[in-house]
Amino acid sequence: MGYSLNPDQTAELLNRLAEDYRIYAPKRFPKQGRYSDTDIIRYDRIQTPDEIVWDQKSDYPAKEVISPIQQALFYFTEDEYRESKKAKKPVLLLARPCDITAQLVQEKIYAENGGFKDLYYDRVHNKVKFAVMDCGGGDDTCFCVSMGSNKPENYSLAFKFDENGLKAEVSDDCFADYFDGMPEDDFTPEFVEENELKVTIPDLSDRDVRLALKSHPMWKEFDKRCISCGSCTVACSTCTCFTTRDICYGDNPEVGERRRVTASCQVAGFDQMAGQREIRSTAGDRMRYKILHKFHDHKARFGDRHMCVGCGRCTHMCPEFISISATVNKMADAVDEIKASLADGGNHVE
Amino acid sequence: MKSKLLLPMEVTMSNNNPLQPIPCEILNVKKESTHEWTFRVASDADVDHGQFMQLSIPKVGEVPISVSGQGDGWLDFTIRSVGKVTNVIFEKEAGDTLFLRGPYGHGWPVDEFKGKHLVVITGGTGLAPVRSMVNLCADNPKTVKDLTLISGFKNEDGIVFQNELDKWKEHDHFSTTYALDNDEKEGWSTGLVTTFVKDIPFDTFGDDYAVVVVGPPIMMKFTGLELLKNGVPEEKIWMSFERKMSCAIGKCGHCRIDETYVCLDGPVFPYTKARYLVD
Repeated sequence: MGYSLNPDQTAELLNRLAEDYRIYAPKRFPKQGRYSDTDIIRYDRIQTPDEIVWDQKSDYPAKEVISPIQQALFYFTEDEYRESKKAKKPVLLLARPCDITAQLVQEKIYAENGGFKDLYYDRVHNKVKFAVMDCGGGDDTCFCVSMGSNKPENYSLAFKFDENGLKAEVSDDCFADYFDGMPEDDFTPEFVEENELKVTIPDLSDRDVRLALKSHPMWKEFDKRCISCGSCTVACSTCTCFTTRDICYGDNPEVGERRRVTASCQVAGFDQMAGQREIRSTAGDRMRYKILHKFHDHKARFGDRHMCVGCGRCTHMCPEFISISATVNKMADAVDEIKASLADGGNHVE
Repeated sequence: MKSKLLLPMEVTMSNNNPLQPIPCEILNVKKESTHEWTFRVASDADVDHGQFMQLSIPKVGEVPISVSGQGDGWLDFTIRSVGKVTNVIFEKEAGDTLFLRGPYGHGWPVDEFKGKHLVVITGGTGLAPVRSMVNLCADNPKTVKDLTLISGFKNEDGIVFQNELDKWKEHDHFSTTYALDNDEKEGWSTGLVTTFVKDIPFDTFGDDYAVVVVGPPIMMKFTGLELLKNGVPEEKIWMSFERKMSCAIGKCGHCRIDETYVCLDGPVFPYTKARYLVD
């Protein structure tokens, strides 16, 4: 069923939904950007429709609502400890198609990998309903079509905001009542069919090709260029890595918590064990590790899709202007070169 | 995992939280060397040889440690004091509490080793993850045909499980070579473990043997290559990996190599896989 709402009706709809849901959407945080006088757009709880940023891609992904940058796992006091508590109210998450598709990757890791279900992910994820927000085609860093993440399947509502209000489609009956009395209209969501940017994912199924690619000189370029800051992985729609960190509260060392903090394979020390040398000690090694995970390893393990939705946020956030799409295309060229050399009977390209 | 709650500890927890640490009592602490001590901890956990557990001290942190021994109601963990958490564990003594969860990962394929000639090559504390399996072979001589053990240590201060090394040396079914990297010690050899690989009588084993290698990454790499050089097929070799981990249940990503998670798919790998894992 489709609806067309004016601004007042849109506000009324959100009020109705807010009675039963915590509503999260891209929100503007003025003057909090990386450069002076710039804003940041990230997902946060919203109260009114005018808080929703619908005409611009957010700087940070929707995953933060479900798997936050940091969260408490356990609280410890002298001789007792307890699990952190879950929020009771369900979440309605207004997100772009790429952000919703990205949850398929998060699910694989947090809910399925190794047969272990992560409680902290599961207890939030179970309470989330998605409203897909119309994406007017993204920007010049987007390549969702190449990654097959332009048409999400799992959503309850589809929203298209504009200056005149909201067009909506209800695909999950549990939301029908909230639209009681709202003007009906023909509306079906449209999804991006083509991006300006296209990415060719090379076929890396051959082990010899992969091994040769790992020692290909293309990665050395990043030793000079990448500063290992981890901005790309924090902005990534799909990255899931974290580190467990215990802390004591400053003025009382008897009390503290075990918390989980987002980690980045791009930051030095990610693989370093106590008393041992770092395994991937250069920015190039770390970049190679990330790119192969995104465009080979994840799919090799889970079978369904690559660990990138083409949202382009990592490219946006990189202070060194490293483009993920250019990197993948460069990798595709390197793979062609390696395959030609192997077919030639030559040794691995050094 | 069933373990007795040691202290009158108040625990508020979901019943399906795989990260829940269980408080367990330290039964005794044995100082193997200056920096390597074995902590015996009360636990009923059912552990396969070669598996590991997550040990933690609340408000300090959590670390993955191999189970180095097991018995009725207890587990041994041989720990090197090299980091924030292990340094605090070294302040603990019998009667204190350690928090445990696990066991995790795949251990040694003991059933596959049964009835064969078993070769075990270890470097330093790499002896810990094979110690319980070696003891199984020592206590039940029918487990394997015989056991060739090559254990190398950096120096005399790095020697762990001295009593057991002596005991194994005298065992009828065991042939042992103990070595220090550079130093001399009576009854011991001098040199890296790789130098003794050529002395292993593979030609008398026929096809009926398996080789286990555990130690620092560089030691495992060169031992693997040396074994291949001596005609050992890669499918007869097994290795145990050690990587940084936060969760041990395939979520945190620290231990991943390619599409492999060391915590889930390892820490024990056949060399056919281990050889091609490039971090």
